[in-house]
Amino acid sequence: MDISWYLVLSALLFAIGAGGVLIRRSPLVILLCLELMLNAGNLALVAFARQHGDQDGQVFALIVMVVAACEVVVGLGLIVAMFRRRLPLNVDEMRDLRG
Amino acid sequence: MNATTYAWLVLAFPLAGCLVNALGWRLLPPRAAGWIGTAAIALAFVNSIAALVALQDKPASGRELTSSLWTYASAAGLDIKVGILVDPLSVFMILVVTGVSTLIHLYSISYLESDRGYARYFSYLNFFVFSMLLLVLAGNFVLLIVGWAFVGFASYALISYWYRRNTATKAGMKAFVINVIGDIGLVLAAFFIFRELGTFDYLAIFSAAPQQFTTNEGVVVAICLLMLVGAFAKSAQLPLHTWLPDAMEGPTPVSALIHAATMVTAGVYLIARMHPLFLEAPTAADISAFLGLATLIFAATVALAVTDLKRIIAYSTISQIGYMVMGVSIGAYAAGLFHLMSHAFFKALLFMAAGSVIAAMAGTQNIDRMSGFRRALPFTSGLLIVGALALAAFPGTSGFFSKDEILAFAGERGGFYWILAIGGYVGAFLTAVYAFRIVFRVVYGEPCPEARELEQGHQAHAEPQNPLTGEKEDTDVGFPGPVHNIAERARPMAIAMAILGAGALFGGYIQVPGVDHVLDTFLEPTFEDSPLSRIHVPTATAWADLGIGGALSLLGIATAYYVYRVAPQTPERLRRRAHAVYTFLVNKWYFDELYDTLVYRPVIATGRFANAVLERVVVQGIVAATVDAVRGVSVIVRGAQSGFVRAYALLLVGGFAALGLYFLIVSS
Repeated sequence: MDISWYLVLSALLFAIGAGGVLIRRSPLVILLCLELMLNAGNLALVAFARQHGDQDGQVFALIVMVVAACEVVVGLGLIVAMFRRRLPLNVDEMRDLRG
Repeated sequence: MNATTYAWLVLAFPLAGCLVNALGWRLLPPRAAGWIGTAAIALAFVNSIAALVALQDKPASGRELTSSLWTYASAAGLDIKVGILVDPLSVFMILVVTGVSTLIHLYSISYLESDRGYARYFSYLNFFVFSMLLLVLAGNFVLLIVGWAFVGFASYALISYWYRRNTATKAGMKAFVINVIGDIGLVLAAFFIFRELGTFDYLAIFSAAPQQFTTNEGVVVAICLLMLVGAFAKSAQLPLHTWLPDAMEGPTPVSALIHAATMVTAGVYLIARMHPLFLEAPTAADISAFLGLATLIFAATVALAVTDLKRIIAYSTISQIGYMVMGVSIGAYAAGLFHLMSHAFFKALLFMAAGSVIAAMAGTQNIDRMSGFRRALPFTSGLLIVGALALAAFPGTSGFFSKDEILAFAGERGGFYWILAIGGYVGAFLTAVYAFRIVFRVVYGEPCPEARELEQGHQAHAEPQNPLTGEKEDTDVGFPGPVHNIAERARPMAIAMAILGAGALFGGYIQVPGVDHVLDTFLEPTFEDSPLSRIHVPTATAWADLGIGGALSLLGIATAYYVYRVAPQTPERLRRRAHAVYTFLVNKWYFDELYDTLVYRPVIATGRFANAVLERVVVQGIVAATVDAVRGVSVIVRGAQSGFVRAYALLLVGGFAALGLYFLIVSS
């Protein structure tokens, strides 16, 4: 079975996610795009696992999902906090760490 | 009780006196400190006599007793105990130290009555005596160095006793610094001894030294020379003498204590104590003897020219210590120590008399201003003359017998040692002249205004001021009190001076050639291992030398009489005729200026250079350049920190993409 289709799909999803992170300003959308990138990585991992015929890649994918869930929790928590403090939901306006 | 028990008590009483006065002065009645201090030293003296009696009960071969309280340090072959050595030499020293110190304490009770800081004074004074006793009783080098350093500190504290007086604190620092130079010499000598012999214990060192060293071997000469650095710094011998004249800034009884009992004799004691090492290094002993000779002549010439009463006596001390150093270095141990004892009597007496005169002069110390005190201060004048007679070695006084014994021994040893004898006699003549210069200037002549006032029953009062600079002072703590007592009006001072006067007059009769030799016999167990101690001056020669000494003394007194009484304009004429010599002498041979040029100025100049160039240009330059470089680079780099999260993300993604591309290109 040819793996390259899966990898192409994975690369496309990753590129879409990265593009979204770079272009969009809403933190919520950026979070969604990050998820997209993570899942692109998951797809590639599962595809490689399938090709090699062992379970290591699948285990990795599961761990990535756990990490992604945690990240979503933190990210959404941040967004809710921003919303509650009536901060603008625009990442370009949050640049207090400017050097 | 054993002799060592008494010796421990000798150490304990002064320490206890020091602590009681230092800690309890608020609780005690205001003037109790003086009596407590005096009683502590007097008890130490009583115990010294008890130690002497206990020691004399033993057979001559068993008169070297050691005792230790606890182990001070024990590690890797090092075994140091807090131990003392009680033998005739140390017992002789504690007798002299405690005996004379008791009288000086007694004198101080009255003399410093009006001073604030009375308890502090007696606390320091007791500590000084304790340190000196520790020094002479120590049974090993470590304890010796402890006592040695304590003495240095105590002298600093007492010279700077009037601590608001600038000149006094400076003199204290000078004494301390020069003493530390000596301490370094002594410590290095101890290190060398430990490296060679593996022990710090006196008796072990003395028994091992003759086997370990060959005569004049480099290392033993080095050890002895290093010890001489220590001894000369403490005993104010050339070239480390400059602190002693400045030490006159302390109260007069302190000068008496430093000069007669506690401090300057330490060097003489050290050389006598270390005679087994000096026997292995005759070169070092000869250097020591000739430096002693140089010192005694140098100091005697300066004493002829300076006009400060206390400084004349100070230079006379340096000169007399020169005799002692010469004596113990050439092997005339008992003679050197005999002179130490008689010097302790007459020098303490001279200082006490000087203190009484200075009190009558309301603090003025310049002998050009003094004259004619014989009716105003009959008692003081009488004892000043007694002290001067003993100093001038007038026939029959203590100085007469002790000084000539050293010179007779030097003549008897033959070889080039006759130079020492001749130089010593020249010094003896000069001594007689300057001793009676004091007498004829202070006691005789027209009474000065202060003496007249005293004859009418008033003691002169002056504005409190520094006698050196004339600066105005007050009489609060840190400065001298409003008035110091004169011996005529203070019983304790008179008693102390009378006892010392008797000692100065009759102390010499314990050792008269051909008649008795109490001190020789007593000290024999300590020095019997030295072949030099077996050289005996024949009685006839000794009496011939005594004749020469007596004649020179009379000649010196006659010269002084002629110059200062018969033709009083002579000093002025001499001063004008030989102006260069006079300036040279009155500036103390320019030693202070020499050290100023050789040591002080270069050090200060180096410091200024280091501050101006190393610190300000080099160090601060490096620091400033580093700061500027970091700041400059950060200005450039700071631009990258835009604060836009998406820009960071772009950099991250772009960077990874670039890296991926690079590896793809490289691998294909």
